[in-house]
Amino acid sequence: MAIVERKTAGERTLHAGNIILLIILTVIFLYPMWHCLMASFSDPLSLIGYKGFIFKPMGFSLRGYETVFKNQNIMIGYKNTLIYVVGGTALSMVLTVLGGYCLARRQMMFKRVITLAIVLTMYVDFGLIPAFLNVRDLHLYDTRWAIILPVAINTYNLIVMRTAFSVLPPSLEESAMIDGANDFVILVRIQLPLVKATMAVVLLFYAVGMWNSWYSAAIYLLDRSKFPLQLFLREILIANANSTMAEANSVDGMQFLDELIKYCSIIVSTVPILIAYPFVQKYFVTGVMIGSVKE
Amino acid sequence: MLRYRLKPAPGVKLPRVPLGRRLKRDFQRNRYVYLMLIPVLLFFILFRYGPMKNMIIAFQDYKPAKGIAGSRFVGFKNFETFFKSRDFFRLIRNTLLLSLYSIVFHFPLPILLALMINEVRHSGFKRVVQTVSYMPHFISVVVISGLLRNFVSSDGIINSMIGALNPAWSRTNLLAYPEYYRTIHILSSMWQEVGWDSIIYLATLSTIDPQLYEAAYIDGASKLQRILHVTLPGLVPVITVQFIMRVGRVMGVGYEKILLLYNPGIYETSDVIQTYLYRYTLLNNKYSLGAAVGVFNSLVNIFILVTVNTTFKRFTEDSLW
Repeated sequence: MAIVERKTAGERTLHAGNIILLIILTVIFLYPMWHCLMASFSDPLSLIGYKGFIFKPMGFSLRGYETVFKNQNIMIGYKNTLIYVVGGTALSMVLTVLGGYCLARRQMMFKRVITLAIVLTMYVDFGLIPAFLNVRDLHLYDTRWAIILPVAINTYNLIVMRTAFSVLPPSLEESAMIDGANDFVILVRIQLPLVKATMAVVLLFYAVGMWNSWYSAAIYLLDRSKFPLQLFLREILIANANSTMAEANSVDGMQFLDELIKYCSIIVSTVPILIAYPFVQKYFVTGVMIGSVKE
Repeated sequence: MLRYRLKPAPGVKLPRVPLGRRLKRDFQRNRYVYLMLIPVLLFFILFRYGPMKNMIIAFQDYKPAKGIAGSRFVGFKNFETFFKSRDFFRLIRNTLLLSLYSIVFHFPLPILLALMINEVRHSGFKRVVQTVSYMPHFISVVVISGLLRNFVSSDGIINSMIGALNPAWSRTNLLAYPEYYRTIHILSSMWQEVGWDSIIYLATLSTIDPQLYEAAYIDGASKLQRILHVTLPGLVPVITVQFIMRVGRVMGVGYEKILLLYNPGIYETSDVIQTYLYRYTLLNNKYSLGAAVGVFNSLVNIFILVTVNTTFKRFTEDSLW
């Protein structure tokens, strides 16, 4: 029985206030990126010393984008980031799907021990220095593998994947077993198509995480030709970034373009993600909820 | 080769199968599963448990050239150095205060936002608000920090806004003053994460039985009373678990953002254990000291997590374990 609510005047005011507040919040959430986007198309000279909000481009110029796309560092960074995102995400997905499937098996002698050992790593961290020495001892220091391998599995994502597999009905695999299918066949042919939504969320988490990561590159990489985009971006955006980065942080030495270039490089490095994420957004609730199911 | 054996009838005792036989049977049944598990376990052994053995250098005077085997043991000397250093008190204070402020000011907001979004009837508007509020979560910390530096600089829009409210205000770079750092840190984290953090509450809200609302309505409960007595109790288990997990991360403040924002002039309020680990111990090759700080950090973190979980377990039905 649905009830048609009769609203009192107070409730109607509350409702209107709620909507107005949400509109204001939406503007606040949106504004900083809008500011960047509009500034990135502005005339470089009008940005200098400008102190106010930017709702539409001030003048119009593409000088910033021209400079950014000609810039060697940005292009090297873009190429490297693509390598890390594609390679890293592919490896992460394979491992996470395999792990999730295995930990969701119903009859397996060592399942509890293995699960416990894996879940523990979410709460116990051995610290930066031991992890750094570990990567160095494995001879991964200053190689591309140092960016990909240590973060190949995110335990939280693994648990999400495991939960997605474990809620599938057992009769699915029983019948496949009777038909003579082994675990590889069951996983690839029968179960993977059923956990597509969760895979989409996990894939997005890995890809975005890798796209945005800079800290492990700052720790493990010396060779600038392997730097991801975010590290070059740090040099552009954050003037006193780091004393170890002796290189000039201005992209081409043309001072008056500095502001504009900052905005353009933010847009160039952020737009791919902002375009990709709304497609996966409808699955977020599934991903977040499944992950919060406790053992 | 069936995986699912039938359970015996109650009271019937089957003879216990010896371990060797069970192992063999398990291995036969799950041989592909174990095969698939090898790369996963290899990852955890190499990269998650691998660093564990290096913790021993916290008790050594570790020299990279000599390695762990050749370095001298010094007992708790590294811990002593850390506890006695000028930075110790400041690091602990900054780490705990940033976390505390975040728990007090940030933690309740996603719950409020979820309640607000949940009240919206127009599904198009609802979707827009959600999409926009999740967006900042996907922006990299480097970009966020770059933007923040721009916005709080003396020519930035934050100064313009403060100036509009307070005519006596003179423009200045807010990141140059230690007294503003915590506010900047917490507010920017709110902007970035409030929307994302609200997803779990929104999802939980949609599972509350509508009949409860109808019953409350028939009994004459006002909107506010329905929120207080139906909605909030429905959220309590999730809030509790989220709270414990939040407190469990108490030592892990957003150090990447701090590394990108701070400068020696504001170390006073912004330097935390993780930034100290990176700047002071890693970049200066003080590995033993860094390992000791890391051990201390983990111990404090585990202690807090266990304490909070035990407390909640005693007084409520909701806890992590």
